[in-house]
Amino acid sequence: MARPDGRFRRLLLLGTNIDLDLKVSELGVGQRQRVEILKVLYRGANILILDEPTAVLVPQEVDELFINLRQLVTQGATVLFISHKLDEVLAVSDRITVMRHGTTVATVVPSEVHRLTLAELMVGSDLPAPTARVIAIGKNERLVVRDLTLIVEGKKSPVQNVSFAVYEGEIVGIAGVEGNGQFELCAAILGLEKSTGVVEVCGRDMTHSSTRERLDAGIAYIPFDRHREGLMLNSSLWENALLGREERFSHALLINRSAAKQACREIIERFDVMTPSDTVPAFVLSGGNQQKLVVGRSLSVGPSVLIAAHPTRGIDVGAQAAIWDEIRIARDNGMAVLLVSADLEEILALSDRILIIFDGRISAELAPEDADPQILGTFMTGGRVSLLTMVKPAVGVSAAQDL
Amino acid sequence: MKSGSLRNAFSGARSSLVALGSSIGGIFIALIICAGLLLITGKDPLRAYSKILETGLDGQKLLEMLKRATPLMLSATAVAVGFKLNLFNIGVEGQYLFAALIAAEMGTHVSLPAPVHVAFILLVAMVAGAAWASIAALLKVVRGVNEVISTIMLNFIALSFIQWLFENFFRDDSDGGLNVKTTVLARSARMPDLVAGRLNAMFLVALLAVAVYWVVIFKSRFGFQLRASGLNPNAARTSGIPAKRMAVTALLISGSIAGLVAMPYVLGEAFAYGPNATPTQLGFAGIAVALLGRNHPVGIIGAALLFGFLDSTSAELQLSGVPSSIVKVIQAIIVLTVVIVNEASMRMFNKRTAERTAAKLKTASFPI
Repeated sequence: MARPDGRFRRLLLLGTNIDLDLKVSELGVGQRQRVEILKVLYRGANILILDEPTAVLVPQEVDELFINLRQLVTQGATVLFISHKLDEVLAVSDRITVMRHGTTVATVVPSEVHRLTLAELMVGSDLPAPTARVIAIGKNERLVVRDLTLIVEGKKSPVQNVSFAVYEGEIVGIAGVEGNGQFELCAAILGLEKSTGVVEVCGRDMTHSSTRERLDAGIAYIPFDRHREGLMLNSSLWENALLGREERFSHALLINRSAAKQACREIIERFDVMTPSDTVPAFVLSGGNQQKLVVGRSLSVGPSVLIAAHPTRGIDVGAQAAIWDEIRIARDNGMAVLLVSADLEEILALSDRILIIFDGRISAELAPEDADPQILGTFMTGGRVSLLTMVKPAVGVSAAQDL
Repeated sequence: MKSGSLRNAFSGARSSLVALGSSIGGIFIALIICAGLLLITGKDPLRAYSKILETGLDGQKLLEMLKRATPLMLSATAVAVGFKLNLFNIGVEGQYLFAALIAAEMGTHVSLPAPVHVAFILLVAMVAGAAWASIAALLKVVRGVNEVISTIMLNFIALSFIQWLFENFFRDDSDGGLNVKTTVLARSARMPDLVAGRLNAMFLVALLAVAVYWVVIFKSRFGFQLRASGLNPNAARTSGIPAKRMAVTALLISGSIAGLVAMPYVLGEAFAYGPNATPTQLGFAGIAVALLGRNHPVGIIGAALLFGFLDSTSAELQLSGVPSSIVKVIQAIIVLTVVIVNEASMRMFNKRTAERTAAKLKTASFPI
């Protein structure tokens, strides 16, 4: 192996002391990241773009990273630091630009901005008032999750000790910046990922059950990504509508094609899916209509529990309103809904109760009428809130006490 | 809207037509490329092609085509079952040779009335083929070993294992001569001929196997789950279809069909297994036939017949000064061009379908 040349040695002065003969696999996560940064610097990069660089680091490593970044900046480098953790952004940046829904909202200087203002900028200040609900929430727990922790080897678990319950006729919103464990939480509840803890569906312990058994027990799932987890894009609509329901539409082990097509047409009709027919492949539909089909498929099995993950992502307003209405109707009919979304408008429009997920844990529980942008933004970005009167900390989480 | 929905109701049929048309187009392109190759090597392509047609279209040769297509249909179907789940079972070769030896040997140890005896041997062959495939299935779901690697290696293991079994236990020298075989099966274990000495009833068994493949994969609930798992593994898993069980079942079905590949020879020609009496390479040919037939039952039969046709002519070609290897070259180029032309035209067709639908929905008035 070639010995490091002068340029590399200078780079090594950046407070790093990595044994250059070690294999990357033998390094810790923080050191690996440093190697990664060294690599781009060595190639002569002047502009560094760091996307959520602290996600895998422990606090000491974060501090070290920030010192390194500062040094680089004094040497003339430009650093673009992307993060949803307010404290980090405030600690490391010279200027902060806030993005929301794909556009920049504001550019501020850290010394001139209060963190609560920043939180508000992130989530938006013009959130709608939560809609009043008509029917009272039932008394039966439909979905209970206790101490759910994902089992992963060698890494920090993306979901840690999550506990909550969803009652019949209730929509519980899980709000959070994407990548804080929402996806893994849904996967664990559905039994797609191995986890410890307890999952109960309609009073039945499903902890050790397969995904199919959990679905049969009454869960329906609207997946995060309709293309990745929802649809077979090259297959016809009726086959897509059949997915997950094939046992209902088969007779003597054979698929009952006409019944399956009929069921698909019912979804098309009821959910107003705009399509020329039920035989076109799914890829010809627009995103909104694909999503309506996925939502329709989930609701058509008459589930007791609906897990709706980003049910209206990337679709037009008309389709969004239609899907929201369907979820409300389902709730009014006694369904328990777990709504996972990064879209606060959606969370506030639908939820009866809001849980905030941050870094794989439920960090707070709010009533929608208490949820203002500052509080939501602060919790979603890992901050603490001093508004004790408004915030009930979730069980086992010391969100509000840590003041 | 009315006429539009009617037209689109046939979009499934239309895509089949596109597949068929592009396959035929691909075959013609392949023939043109081969003609170029023949010209380069100084042969007259027209003479070669007319010779192929002339020999192949003879009545006797057409029977030969059906005979040669029989094992190809079986091995292609075996491969296609795997392909439907994105599993590449390269191990059909080892599976059918192992099954041939075990079935031929087991067949000599029972005495049963004729139809039952034949059915028994077929069943043993299927079980033996599935058993050999189960090793790869087990490795896949328990240790995550890619089936491509394991089935390739199991082919070599099968060949050595078969040789060892044959030399040490099953070899029967009582017949004398150089063509060593297992003990010759009783008369009751012989597959009846459809055309005496030319074509035996395994041809019908192969057609039946393709038909069963069609029903199981395209019509049954299990087949739907299998295809869904192949088309979008994440969506299938999310909707509760167990991925591992699908992989195991698909490999076992694939292996059991593979077990039948050598039966036309074991039950119809040699009445035994023998290193020289049982043809090899049929498992690999099946991969090409499955690719050419797009894993579709009709496609598999068509592709097997085409390959059988070309194979049936190769011996005669040599005699008339056309290199018989041209047949293998044509086959290989056909597979390549058809796969490429198919894929390109399906993409174009899909794109046009999407655009048309979008345009149609835009012009129609919908309340939003």
